[in-house]
Amino acid sequence: MGDGPPSIWEWIARNWDTGRVDSIRNLLTDHLTMSLVPILLSLVVALPLGLACVRWRWLYQPTSGLMNIVYAIPSLPIFMLLISVTGLSQTTVIIPLTFYGMAVLIPAVVDGLGSVPDHVRQSAVAMGFTPLRRLLAVELPIAVPVVLAGLRVVAVSSISLVSVGALIGQGGLGSLFTRAYQNPFMPPVIVGIVLIVALALVADGLLVLAQRLLTPWVRARKGRA
Amino acid sequence: MITFDAVTKRYPDGTVAVDGLSLEAPTGEITVFVGPSGCGKTTSLRMINRMIDATEGQILLDGVPVQGIDPPTLRRGIGYVIQQAGLFPHRRIVDNVATVPYLLGWDRRKARARAMELLERVGLDSALARRYPFQLSGGQQQRVGVARALAADPPVLLMDEPFSAVDPVVRTSLQDELLRLQAELNKTIVFVTHDIDEAIKLGDRVAVLRVGGRLAQLADPKTLLSDPADDFVREFLGRDRGIRRLQFVSTAGLRLRTDLTVEEGFGGGTAEPWALVVSADGAPVGWVADARPDVLEPFGTFVHGRDSMRSALDAALLSPSGCAVGVDENGKVVGVATREALDEALAEAADG
Ligand SMILES: Nc1ncnc2c1ncn2[C@@H]1O[C@H](COP(=O)(O)OP(=O)(O)O)[C@@H](O)[C@H]1O
Ligand SMILES: [Mg+2]
Repeated sequence: MGDGPPSIWEWIARNWDTGRVDSIRNLLTDHLTMSLVPILLSLVVALPLGLACVRWRWLYQPTSGLMNIVYAIPSLPIFMLLISVTGLSQTTVIIPLTFYGMAVLIPAVVDGLGSVPDHVRQSAVAMGFTPLRRLLAVELPIAVPVVLAGLRVVAVSSISLVSVGALIGQGGLGSLFTRAYQNPFMPPVIVGIVLIVALALVADGLLVLAQRLLTPWVRARKGRA
Repeated sequence: MITFDAVTKRYPDGTVAVDGLSLEAPTGEITVFVGPSGCGKTTSLRMINRMIDATEGQILLDGVPVQGIDPPTLRRGIGYVIQQAGLFPHRRIVDNVATVPYLLGWDRRKARARAMELLERVGLDSALARRYPFQLSGGQQQRVGVARALAADPPVLLMDEPFSAVDPVVRTSLQDELLRLQAELNKTIVFVTHDIDEAIKLGDRVAVLRVGGRLAQLADPKTLLSDPADDFVREFLGRDRGIRRLQFVSTAGLRLRTDLTVEEGFGGGTAEPWALVVSADGAPVGWVADARPDVLEPFGTFVHGRDSMRSALDAALLSPSGCAVGVDENGKVVGVATREALDEALAEAADG
């Protein structure tokens, strides 16, 4: 190694697996945890809430109103508020991201169920489906494309938003950016951006693949047009 | 048999959709509910399988009140076909047809085998079984809808304007198909339509409903055409009621002449103005005028005893001779109905 700053490849090699918490590998794992947990959690919570909003229509207005407000609050004050409860932990990042996800997914579930044509629902009733079976075997499968479209938005935005957690020392790959702020040295920034974008692309690709496997009938429709 | 016993449906907003309806839909027959839009046809139909519950009165299935049967169980025993077919977009055609067998807990292979059999029965290529509903035409989807309703072999079939959304040519073939199926299956069918011609074509009995959900008349199609109960029914039947009634008058009593036929190569010289040339195997070839024996003129046929007077009259009008050619089931000439014979039969029909 010479006197000048190390090249990007040297920097990666040196920082990949140092055994310290801020090795690139550890940051990557943290980043994955803090984005995947909110994605899954928001889906798990949004499904029953969305169903409840469809079942009791009056619930939808207040719920979506509340979700929009949560979405509108900047994340920094939310972090500050949460720190007093959950400290400088990953949970402090995961909670607001889960709410952001819900703000997208609850309407997606409601719209998805709304996309079930009335005559399809009626004929399911007429053939003797019980309400639960109708939901599971007819309405939810038909809602899948709309819900998955929402999930793609949530996945990409969660992966990108995790970096904001760097403000409280829990940014996953985002901490590579704050480091550069303290010491203007480019390789960490580039590595951070490239890895985050790559993660987002992989997640989106996996969801597109899931959509193809889960809903061949949507592809069939496009194929014909 | 389905019995409506003084059934009334009042919706929560106060609309009376069905008002004191009492009638019977006999086992093995097609009963058609016909009437203008909003007269309560759909409501009446859906009260049978309890998609809507009656406000007053009751509906009985073979004497058993439907109110006492748990809705999913009741519905699995009643086929239901609607206008947009209502197929499940996410299921392949074969699985759409097998829906009720699956619900009834049939084993998958047996349900699919049954579905394939029904697809063939309604005239669909088995290659369509693996497709999704989007990949089928409207008429094909409607056939799948019928197959699906028949899958678990229910004794009762409810059909709500099932053929209204397809073009007239497809509609006619679907109607013929239904009559053909019904001749084999003898289901108890309640068929809803706003189209009086469809009602007359398909119905063993036709119930005409007026807005407000009141029964205006219940009769077989022939009686409906000859004896409408009131001005509403008369108006609803439309103008050419008399001609349409002829389709229920048999040609069995129509007098045929057998002395007007000649063999091919006829050179003229009968006492009659027209002669019918018949081939060696008995099939009609054409009419020749006595004055011009070398020119074959067009002819029209009807199957004597099977076709209606309307067909016979139509056959007569197709030919410059003014006579209709009566043939047997194999298309062989059995005789000629002259204008005089048609006139006699029409006079009789007008009396009857
Ligand atoms: N759910 C409902 N609530 C209130 N009124 C209804 C409802 N469904 C139907 N109606 C009214 O009941 C009448 C009969 O409707 P329907 O049975 O659908 O008639 P049809 O099938 O003969 O067109 C109409 O006036 C219609 O507007
Ligand atoms: Mg209707």
